[in-house]
Amino acid sequence: MPAHRIDELLVGSPDAVRVPLIGQALCAGFPSPADDFLEGALELPRWLVPNPPATFLWRISGSSMEGAGIYDRDLACVDRSLKSSHGSIVVAAVDGQMSCKRLVIDGNVARLAFCNPALPAFAVDELGEGVIWGVVRFSIRWHVARGQLS
Amino acid sequence: MSAPAPRQRDRIGGGRAVALIDGNSFYCSCERVFDPKLALVPVIVLSNNDGCAIARTAEAKALGIRMGEPYFKIRDLCRRQGVRVFSSNYTLYGDMSGRTNAVYRQFSPQVEIYSIDESFLNLSDVAPGLREELARDLRATVRAWTGIPTCVGIGPTKTLAKLANHIAKTVHELQGVCDLTDPVAYEHWLCRIDVAEVWGIGRASLAKLEAMGVESVADLRDLDSRPVRKGLTVVGERIIHELRGLACLPLEMVPARRKGCAVTRSFSSRITERAVLEEAVAAHATRLGEKLRREGLATNHVSIFYHTSEHDRDAPMRSVSTTITLPEHTNDTLALIKAARLGVAKTWREPGQRSWRYSKAGIITNDLVPLSHSPRALIDAMDRERSGPLMAAMDACNARWGRGAVVPARSGLVAKRRWNTKFEMRTPRYTTQVGELPVAHA
Repeated sequence: MPAHRIDELLVGSPDAVRVPLIGQALCAGFPSPADDFLEGALELPRWLVPNPPATFLWRISGSSMEGAGIYDRDLACVDRSLKSSHGSIVVAAVDGQMSCKRLVIDGNVARLAFCNPALPAFAVDELGEGVIWGVVRFSIRWHVARGQLS
Repeated sequence: MSAPAPRQRDRIGGGRAVALIDGNSFYCSCERVFDPKLALVPVIVLSNNDGCAIARTAEAKALGIRMGEPYFKIRDLCRRQGVRVFSSNYTLYGDMSGRTNAVYRQFSPQVEIYSIDESFLNLSDVAPGLREELARDLRATVRAWTGIPTCVGIGPTKTLAKLANHIAKTVHELQGVCDLTDPVAYEHWLCRIDVAEVWGIGRASLAKLEAMGVESVADLRDLDSRPVRKGLTVVGERIIHELRGLACLPLEMVPARRKGCAVTRSFSSRITERAVLEEAVAAHATRLGEKLRREGLATNHVSIFYHTSEHDRDAPMRSVSTTITLPEHTNDTLALIKAARLGVAKTWREPGQRSWRYSKAGIITNDLVPLSHSPRALIDAMDRERSGPLMAAMDACNARWGRGAVVPARSGLVAKRRWNTKFEMRTPRYTTQVGELPVAHA
């Protein structure tokens, strides 16, 4: 488990805890064929990312989640170690495509819902097992022109 | 050490436990994490320059695609059978490897990263009855957090852990975990597994063992190790000890200091011009410098080599290797480039009617020492005071803006290198480049 609690870190200077998501590993046995290709993982402040090995960034494409405050081209920070529950914003595989939706659990039935009044309520009638990829912990949106990120 | 208590003696190896965990078809599994369309279809990953299949999913293995099979031989099969084929995305695999090891460290404070997809964990502190449960929890956590499926083998020694991992992977009913510290499982499996599966038993030893009537792992374990010393060398004796539960190989949590370092590459296409070869060896020397500086090491000689391909049987063959001695130990890229170019200058031969078509070049060093401990030359001493900060600045730029952002002019701009390794079917670097993130549709 992480050595620090998030609230402890928040007390200190948030800028002081910028750590890369994952350190690079040196192999004791075989030299790693990845050695020449290693790149620093995308940096996020540790207090936003309590569990780095399970945290991945996804880019959002589309407008169906605007009701949840997630817009086209935003970034979603997805934590695979979070348990999904009713109301979670999740990334899930739908018809072979990764999709960002809200999870709605009604009794035994799990469904993926749009969050945009212009769209029908549900994306799929019923959700199969093992299709939820991870839970969106927070999203990132730019309020100025993005330049190279666009 | 005191004698083991009678109860502990029941356990093989007197309470020690090492787990070997590895990713199933690791490179293919990394690709599958980000693309749900790959879930149930055969997937293979190719080596550098898209040469051979180096990772295969179970579905691809079932189609008869062998490890190391050249891609050109199976291209048609792949097309017919709908096999999804990818170039190596080592940036992604390296990042995913780091993530899996971060999860392992939550389960054991002592982790030896053995290769990109295999790690040893010390589980000696875990009560024998809880080891299998812990291993199942570890597998489930790695799968949930990173998406990578794994298998875990537990044994009192590394050799037995490796064997247990093989059993966990091939015996479906075990559901990915095999614990050979359990005496019942130990006795059960050792007489059922072929001796060829033992770590470190090569083809040559196998023939000798066969002549001695050794078929199963248990047969090898029960050999008298003294006569074996003659037949199988000291390694064979060590393997027998390890199979009996006597640990001869410690966990190496800190990688041993590098003694040598090499940067070698096959060209994406054959090269015939001196200028291109010089650029390639300069680029290899640049990479060598980075690797040495990362570990604070230095060298006082470099060997360079280049050769034609054994596959070009009708073309003129040439293989060149030469060693250049430096005035003193260094890890300065510019000094290494100078030496590498000197190596080409010394050995280059202008082609006659038919030119040599070189397929590979490399630069190799041995006897590395820490730069800070290396003796200084009395005459011709290099200017370390100037070189150190320059190299540090170059490394910092490349760390911040990506590999190849700043290179010495001699090694050519990365984007313009025609000879660079090809990865034509590579997936995006999903986890390390903000411009290549996976896309979720909303």
